Amino acid sequence: MLLNYIKIAWKVLLRHPFYTFITLFGISITLTVLMMITSFLDHLVGSHYPEQNRDKSLYIMNLFLEDSARTSQMGGPISYDFYKKYIETLKTPKRTSVSSMITSANSYINGKRIKVSTKYCDTNFWEITNYEFLEGKPFNQTNIANGDHVVVITDAMREQFFDSSSESVIGKMVEVDNEKYKVIGVVKAGPVTRILTFSDMFFPYNLPKSNYQRTGLQGTFVAIIEANSSSDFPEIKSEFDNNVSKIPVPINIGNTKYTIIDTHAQTYTDTMLYGVFHQEIGNKFYIVVGLVLLMLMGLPAINLVNLNVSRILERASEIGVRKAFGAPTRTLAFQFIVENIFITFIGGAIALIITSVGIYLFNRSGLILYSDLTINLPVFGVSLLVCLVFGLLSGVAPAFRMAKMKVIDALKRQ
Amino acid sequence: MITLNNIEKVYQTSTIETLALNNINIDIKKGEFVSIMGPSGCGKSTLLNIMGLLDEPTKGDILIDQKHVEQYTDKALASLRNQKIGFIFQSFHLINDLSVLDNVEIPLLYRNSSAQFRREAAREALEKVGLSNRMKHFPNQLSGGQKQRVAIARAIVGKPDIILADEPTGNLDSAMGNEILNILLQLNAEGCTIVMVTHDESMAKKTHRLIRLFDGTQVY
Repeated sequence: MLLNYIKIAWKVLLRHPFYTFITLFGISITLTVLMMITSFLDHLVGSHYPEQNRDKSLYIMNLFLEDSARTSQMGGPISYDFYKKYIETLKTPKRTSVSSMITSANSYINGKRIKVSTKYCDTNFWEITNYEFLEGKPFNQTNIANGDHVVVITDAMREQFFDSSSESVIGKMVEVDNEKYKVIGVVKAGPVTRILTFSDMFFPYNLPKSNYQRTGLQGTFVAIIEANSSSDFPEIKSEFDNNVSKIPVPINIGNTKYTIIDTHAQTYTDTMLYGVFHQEIGNKFYIVVGLVLLMLMGLPAINLVNLNVSRILERASEIGVRKAFGAPTRTLAFQFIVENIFITFIGGAIALIITSVGIYLFNRSGLILYSDLTINLPVFGVSLLVCLVFGLLSGVAPAFRMAKMKVIDALKRQ
Repeated sequence: MITLNNIEKVYQTSTIETLALNNINIDIKKGEFVSIMGPSGCGKSTLLNIMGLLDEPTKGDILIDQKHVEQYTDKALASLRNQKIGFIFQSFHLINDLSVLDNVEIPLLYRNSSAQFRREAAREALEKVGLSNRMKHFPNQLSGGQKQRVAIARAIVGKPDIILADEPTGNLDSAMGNEILNILLQLNAEGCTIVMVTHDESMAKKTHRLIRLFDGTQVY
């Protein structure tokens, strides 16, 4: 029976190429857009290289100082001093790490100037992140204690600085901002969108140019806190808030007395949103994203309902025949459900192909440096399921409408 | 086999009320071949549709095998039609997207029968109407007579007790019409009860009994 339904569905698809095109276009474009958006969001906020621990990490990136009337505000990353006093001392986390925001520096290769991004970090940075070392190793406490001029570079930088021979570059020198550094390790580059961990070159945090000795609460650093599990987040946040509450206020900067210190240990997404909106966005963000996705899906779905209604009404005579020969209402509805599932799967397959090609081209385009967008299968599954639900609704409603029609009226609709 | 008591059918719109059938009393016995005749619009097809449980009367009782069916649910009526009745329509009502074999299988889809059984039964029915060489064709590749033979095969594939034929030769030339009538006579000879609506006196004369309608009323 299923085969019979699928045969019919296939024939109906072939019978009206234009309807078929519109239907499949609607389904596949909806799914493609959804998959591209979710893939991009997943790329931005998901746990991927080199931040596979992101789902059990908290970040402290922003620190805002405000006066009591909340008329004057000063915000920015934290200082190394702040990290040492109030973050490194936390008891609950598995480990903490500090690294600078990326800065750019100049380097020269064969007399040609190139711009490189640089980051200063501690040794824990290599534990919390999952950078893959292609050569050498990260710098250690001894390098830091000795103030060694060492650097970890990415494979992309290796290609730029050195000939593409297979010879190891460990121990070779690179010159950045007129300072020479010994290459100690080469890592596989991460995407530029992972702004808290991305860089072309990584230096020990205590090199003079990092400004780590700057006093005050604000500076150029960001802290990553790795918890044993995400269930520890509330305790870590509370411990951190408690530490911050002990900072003596007011803090005098220029002529302004700042009495409010606004900084939080937050998940990656919340940290980014807080940096933009300077308020807890929480579920509102997800509701808005959900509504946008729903709208994106809703419009083609309504179109699909209309198409299905006319497609099914056109087959009134067939429905009449089937009913005359004993098809109960439920069986007929089931037939249209099967047909819709079949069509939705075809649309899903097309969407998967379009998305795969789209993502491949996007990754290769260099629009996002070293981007690694992938088709997220759970996302694909959910998108397909939602589309399927719309497909079912759009098929069942007209089928039941037809089922209500008397057999004889259905037969008369030629 | 089919008993209609005091059947009345009224078509009602917001402005007019049309009496299509009035006080119809008919008893079709097992093994009979009955013709229904009358001028266009006299209610022949409406009567046949009511007999076939495709339409509901406004008033009156329908008994199939001495059982009242007025209170039957949609599902029960569908099952009764599937088991007991086969339909042949003037305009064939074949599904153009399905092959001849798939069209003939349709009544068996709504029974608990295996795919193999359905194939075999459909082949057998097509052989009976002389169309075994057209099984893989599609309806739009067939002539009118061939289409009607496919429709007959579909009507008999489930071995129903009753066949209701609504002007089965109406869209065919006389040679084809006679061919179809011969198939129906053969089926009747094998024990099938047949009720046929026709405009053709000569065909009606070949059946056991004639019911004549005029303006929705049974004349004799």
